[in-house]
Amino acid sequence: MYPKKISTIKFEVLSPQEIRRMSVAKLNNPETYDDDGFPVESGLMDTRLGVIDPGLKCKTCGGKAGECPGHFGHIELAAPVVHVGYAKIIARLLSGTCRECGRILLKDERRDKFIREIERLKALGQSYEEVLKEVFRLTKAAKKCPHCGAEQIEIKFEKPTSFYEILDPEKKEEQKLTPKDVRERLEKIINEDLLPFGLDPKAVRAEWFVLTVLPVPPVTVRPSIILETGQRSEDDLTHKLVDIIRINQRFIENRDAGAPQQILEDLWELLQYHVTTYLDNEVSGIPPARHRSGRPLKTLAQRLKGKDGRFRGSLSGKRVNFSARTVISPDPCISIGEVGVPEEVAKELSVPIFVTPNNIEVAREFVLRKQSPKASYVIRPDGKRIRVIDTNQEEIAEKLEPGWIVERELMDGDIVLFNRQPSLHRMSIMAHHVRVLPYKTFRLNPAVCPPYNADFDGDEMNLHVPQSLEAQAEAKILMAVQEHILSPRFGGPILGGIHDHITGLYLLTRGEKKFEKEDAMEFLRAVDLSEIPAKDEYMGKEIFSFILPKISIKFKAEICQGCAICKEESCENDAYVIIENGKMLKGTIDEKAVGAFKGIVIDEIMRKFGSSITKKFIDDMTKLAIRVITRLGFTIGIDDEDIPKEAVQQIEETISEAEKRVEELIRAYKEGNLEPMPGRSLEETLELRIMQELGKARDRAGKIAGRYLGMDNSAVIMAVSGARGSMLNLTQMAACIGQQSVRGERITRGYAYTHRTTSHFRSMDLGSKARGFVRSSYKSGLSPIEFFFHAAGGREGLVDTAVRTSQSGYLQRRMINALQDLKVEYDGTVREQTSGVIVQFKYGEDGVDPMKSFRGKAVDVKRIIREIMEVKE
Amino acid sequence: MRLQDHILVPKHEILKEEEVEKLLKLLGVSKEQLPKIKVTDPIVKEIGAKAGDIIKITRKSPTAGVSIFYRFVVE
Ligand SMILES: [Mg+2]
Ligand SMILES: [Zn+2]
Ligand SMILES: [Zn+2]
Ligand SMILES: [Zn+2]
Repeated sequence: MYPKKISTIKFEVLSPQEIRRMSVAKLNNPETYDDDGFPVESGLMDTRLGVIDPGLKCKTCGGKAGECPGHFGHIELAAPVVHVGYAKIIARLLSGTCRECGRILLKDERRDKFIREIERLKALGQSYEEVLKEVFRLTKAAKKCPHCGAEQIEIKFEKPTSFYEILDPEKKEEQKLTPKDVRERLEKIINEDLLPFGLDPKAVRAEWFVLTVLPVPPVTVRPSIILETGQRSEDDLTHKLVDIIRINQRFIENRDAGAPQQILEDLWELLQYHVTTYLDNEVSGIPPARHRSGRPLKTLAQRLKGKDGRFRGSLSGKRVNFSARTVISPDPCISIGEVGVPEEVAKELSVPIFVTPNNIEVAREFVLRKQSPKASYVIRPDGKRIRVIDTNQEEIAEKLEPGWIVERELMDGDIVLFNRQPSLHRMSIMAHHVRVLPYKTFRLNPAVCPPYNADFDGDEMNLHVPQSLEAQAEAKILMAVQEHILSPRFGGPILGGIHDHITGLYLLTRGEKKFEKEDAMEFLRAVDLSEIPAKDEYMGKEIFSFILPKISIKFKAEICQGCAICKEESCENDAYVIIENGKMLKGTIDEKAVGAFKGIVIDEIMRKFGSSITKKFIDDMTKLAIRVITRLGFTIGIDDEDIPKEAVQQIEETISEAEKRVEELIRAYKEGNLEPMPGRSLEETLELRIMQELGKARDRAGKIAGRYLGMDNSAVIMAVSGARGSMLNLTQMAACIGQQSVRGERITRGYAYTHRTTSHFRSMDLGSKARGFVRSSYKSGLSPIEFFFHAAGGREGLVDTAVRTSQSGYLQRRMINALQDLKVEYDGTVREQTSGVIVQFKYGEDGVDPMKSFRGKAVDVKRIIREIMEVKE
Repeated sequence: MRLQDHILVPKHEILKEEEVEKLLKLLGVSKEQLPKIKVTDPIVKEIGAKAGDIIKITRKSPTAGVSIFYRFVVE
């Protein structure tokens, strides 16, 4: 069978005839159930509309609850009412057509030109909204009908459903148009005149926008629920429909009894209100209809709209089985390829065992087990599910045969998919092996935090259990963590050490440190090593070498000062790393060597030995680093940023000097002696020079502070090794926070007419203090004014991130929608899957898989040369 | 001035009948499944291609050396 393709979807408006034709019952009874609890004839629960109570039968199709799909009914409205959803187009039609003859207020040639323009844009698949606006603008402005010559009166549309004719704009004389008047006018519009309004006369007649008959959805759409108390609780839609019928009947009674016009009008208004809120209970201009409890009713539009609506909530987004979600926490002792799963979760999730002659004994064992992991259900070939309990497990084990399915609890070694939102790249969902652990959180090795962008401040993650052998194999081969160590984003490692891993290895490998045998054994305890040379003392670099595969590599470490001429192996900073054949000879291991996103050593191991060995290296590296840092101890405190009095003095002087220079610049500017920079105005020049001067001052202050915060300072170690924080953070803590800015400029906002930022300054003060320069440090504390400017600058950052995330999220969505069915074929072309259209003749012009590239380049020439030279030797 | 003399304009040429056949067979597509270019495009006018022709574009590429692209000329 060929799948059927949908070529077009066309939306039309239901005509009154059609509503009556599809209806099985005319409803006019506001009661729903009688005293015995049976549905009332012609009420909203009429059994002709279908049934929901078990035991009753549908009068239309004879089906029982669950079999009967439900059938529409209808209400004959005693007076026409406007459909809120079409109020806007009604307004356009009323002001665009003649009040006498109903023709469009355009000459025929003009009208036909617009029709052709719309047809043209439709054929091109482009939006013709602009043309409709133009038609509206022109017809609204017409004073006289070009067809019958009648004077036109301006129409006022008052949201949500009222229309008026403005008889005299000066005296504010208005004439309300009843829905009946509106409908009569719309009836007069001829089919051809509908086209320029964007309406297709084959699909819709203008008067159908005013309802004379209301369709009533089947009871299956609005089932009532029975509360625990035994009381029946009706659906919100039913409540609303009851209101409509009640008012409708009241209107009929009053009209037939010859009630005064005013009463009828009030009832009509009320009917309009109920129909409007039935369709959409969130229209502006009228109060939403409420439940007795005060909760606004969820009517038709509310069922569809918004995040939890039918589209976003039930169709695009669905809940899945075999999944779990909980908070994450770190565990450096498990592998990067593992995930710690709480026992409670493991008991709930299951994996099917498809019983065959080969595994029947294994399956039987699970059925017979008394403790987890045990079988929770078995499924017979006829599809019946049987729960395995203490009393029936032996009987089931006996009956077990090939063809059955045993669902067993999750256990160590099972493959699962692990995910953290927002899933922005493919590394956001990776396959891990299960480790069932006590407590209630998912555990993961901190080295896999970067690809998930996870931290442990309360983040939650999802876990999915693949249910077929194919899915499990695919996950293992394609999605395993180790297959994502190199990122397709930049062709380098995305996995790697973070924070303490880097600090730990820095402490271990820096300089010529020696460690006692006892320490060394403790460091290496968790690492799986077959042999270690027996010694009394071990060098730090030697210990690190134990976990290194046999690679050879030279590079500058993160701590490299960037000397003009690199002294390489004789670098006095120990910043030039030399590894030869798996032996670390020189340098310091830091972020550049093993860090996520940078990790040259990880990159090298990956390219030379592949994913399994790299995985083991990262596991060993993280375990080693954590043990080193725990044994040596590492801490920071607030007095780490203490600097001596003379340093404070120097910093004060530096900043004061800079402020003095700023004063001079301002004076020069005011006296007209400032030389403008090329291409800049005088004001811009002044601002730039001031920013420069104050920036330099902060840098100098930072340098002074840095001199007193030596390389043995923990915060400095973290900053230079790339573990966490930067020297700028330290400068701001110890020396000077510096210039605060909004939109890249000094802070100039404030009372515009007084030309000052706050009332603490004189008008037009351009000085550093008045424009947001914070000379204090975080440690010394900010003055109230400084604090205010700091808050102003800080807020910009918050707003930026908030705006950026929403914007990039939307951009991402659009890109995914555009690219989702492109595929790289085996011949290297990129094609659109349904149409077979070629998008690229060679993927990315060069056919290179960025994940297998060397930092984006197709080949690493240097490396090839090096390897060939090695072979020669 | 010829557009093709400009350094930013890559080489455009009309593919010969037999080359077209070979290309379409190699890729296993119809002409309509190729990327398109309008006959009104200045470069198409310059090389004198007509609707229904296929144009071969040879670009210099920083990563691949040369990269070859084809476009189907449409009205
Ligand atoms: Mg977080
Ligand atoms: Zn039925
Ligand atoms: Zn007229
Ligand atoms: Zn150096």
